[in-house]
Amino acid sequence: MQTIFEKSVKGRVGCQLPSSLGSDSELSGLTRGQLDAPEVSEVDIVRHYTALSKRAFGVDDGFYPLGSCTMKYNPKINEDMSAYAPIANFHPWQEAEDSQGSLEILYELQEYMRVVTGLPGISLQPAAGSHGELTGVMLMKAFHEKRKDSKRTKILIPDSAHGTNPATANMCGYECVQVPSDASGCVDLVKMRELCDQETVGMMLTIPNTLGIFDRNILEISKILHGQGALLYMDGANLNAILGMVKPGDMGVDVMHINTHKTFSTPHGGGGPGGGVVACTDELSQFLPVPRIEKSGDAYTLNFDYPHSVGRVRAFYGNFGIMARAYTYILRHGKEGTRRIGEFAVLNANYIRARLQGTYNLPHQGNCMHEVVFNDENQAQYHVSTMDIAKRLLDYGMHAPTIYFPLIVHGAMMIEPTETESKQTIDEFCDIMIKISEEAKTDPEMLQQSPHRTVVRRVDAVKAARNPVIVCNTCCT
Amino acid sequence: MSDHNIPDGIFYNKEHEWVKIDGDVATVGVSDYAQDLLTDVVFVELPQMGKVVKQFGPACVVESVKSVSDVYAPIGGTVSEVNTALESAPEQVNNDPYGSGWMFKLTGINSSETANLMNAQQYKEFIAKQAH
Repeated sequence: MQTIFEKSVKGRVGCQLPSSLGSDSELSGLTRGQLDAPEVSEVDIVRHYTALSKRAFGVDDGFYPLGSCTMKYNPKINEDMSAYAPIANFHPWQEAEDSQGSLEILYELQEYMRVVTGLPGISLQPAAGSHGELTGVMLMKAFHEKRKDSKRTKILIPDSAHGTNPATANMCGYECVQVPSDASGCVDLVKMRELCDQETVGMMLTIPNTLGIFDRNILEISKILHGQGALLYMDGANLNAILGMVKPGDMGVDVMHINTHKTFSTPHGGGGPGGGVVACTDELSQFLPVPRIEKSGDAYTLNFDYPHSVGRVRAFYGNFGIMARAYTYILRHGKEGTRRIGEFAVLNANYIRARLQGTYNLPHQGNCMHEVVFNDENQAQYHVSTMDIAKRLLDYGMHAPTIYFPLIVHGAMMIEPTETESKQTIDEFCDIMIKISEEAKTDPEMLQQSPHRTVVRRVDAVKAARNPVIVCNTCCT
Repeated sequence: MSDHNIPDGIFYNKEHEWVKIDGDVATVGVSDYAQDLLTDVVFVELPQMGKVVKQFGPACVVESVKSVSDVYAPIGGTVSEVNTALESAPEQVNNDPYGSGWMFKLTGINSSETANLMNAQQYKEFIAKQAH
């Protein structure tokens, strides 16, 4: 397939600037004379991107069971609302007094986030989960620095953690200390007690963890940390599982981030941008980014007057269009509906666990939360690996689950159906997984060479990583 | 489970690195078991020359198609030499983990720290337990 640059023909034009922007003579001097953009007609560009979209696979195409990174369906009402002209055309340079409706949306969303987290301090600024993490750990740093507690340099991170956690700790200049998991997949409390001391900044914990397990010792964990003057950071990547059922603030969490693109159904990945809402205790809220969106009387205001703030972390108010989608999603569900999101997410994952247990090996027994982690131990005797199973799923028109993560499970397959999927869809997925396990016995070679029905067959990932061929047609030709 | 090559005469740590002591110099790499778990290594981020590492502290990074992992120093010391051949041929870590796949050398070592490490027999028993 040709790239859009290869389809370019000099002088071919596909669009005209709207006359409201001004005439050519008015725009001269403001526009670039030379721009290395492809020159194509409207029909060329429509066909090009339609062809690309047919080769892609997303949650609008079929089942998409990516665990730990909740990839849930984005209801179209979110798009309707965010495309509503006063929201879509809201200009970031408008004064606060001319932006009351938009600020009201953001203020009310903050209020809902307070209810969900049980934490009073909220910032909607961070533009991604990782950005929220960075902001959250900056708050922890500011907290210790204000107390002149400079000997704290270590952040405890469980071995089941998301890779962003150690990355965040490093960005803040801290040293990561890995805490092992016990046989049940939870934090090893004995080891944690040994590692947690007066040099500990805090701990970054995903709740429920990446094995899909709710750590039953969470209150003890927060007690150990607080006993040493350290803080508990919650990675909210898996908040979907406990939505409306338990408030992080009640578990001793001091600061956390929420991925609106996971829990609150805003677009994800390449379709983002993301949203990394930060929530924290009253004690930490003095350090939150400015401006903070507040209400005084009937007016919504931007308050910059927080001398201990870590400062601005994002231009304007964060990704406003994304927050408008999250706000829509919460309003659409209401309080009871929000609770059902968590309940159905957990029910669906446990249904898959019950149907596939035995067919696939389950390294950590017992009920799971929103995601279930199997591995390929039962298929190893046929020399069929997790990679082969994942590739074969593509042949059946389903997206593969997250594989080889968490790292503490050898050959992990992490399946997260989310609350959106029906019993019929989940049964279809389980039937296919069972069928693949039969294929492993009867025709392992076919699995090892899968996928067979996709546009691109199995790619040589090793060769691609060792010998990347990177060609830029724009400036390097 | 397949048999891994665990040679005698060198020491191993729980993170699956090996260290060979020659007088004042320690040579470090990852074990055959580690390279098998990692799968095809695609990149090794070697440590800076002169970097001081503590025993069991992170020293460098190894990247495979599956994951990115820290390589821990089985023994403390100062990085005195790095295997730059791995920059263009990371597959040596898979092909010859105890030979041309070595990663870095340390000087200024305290060889008594090897008391905290496993010999080949102990390491074989350790990975046999890991597999289950």
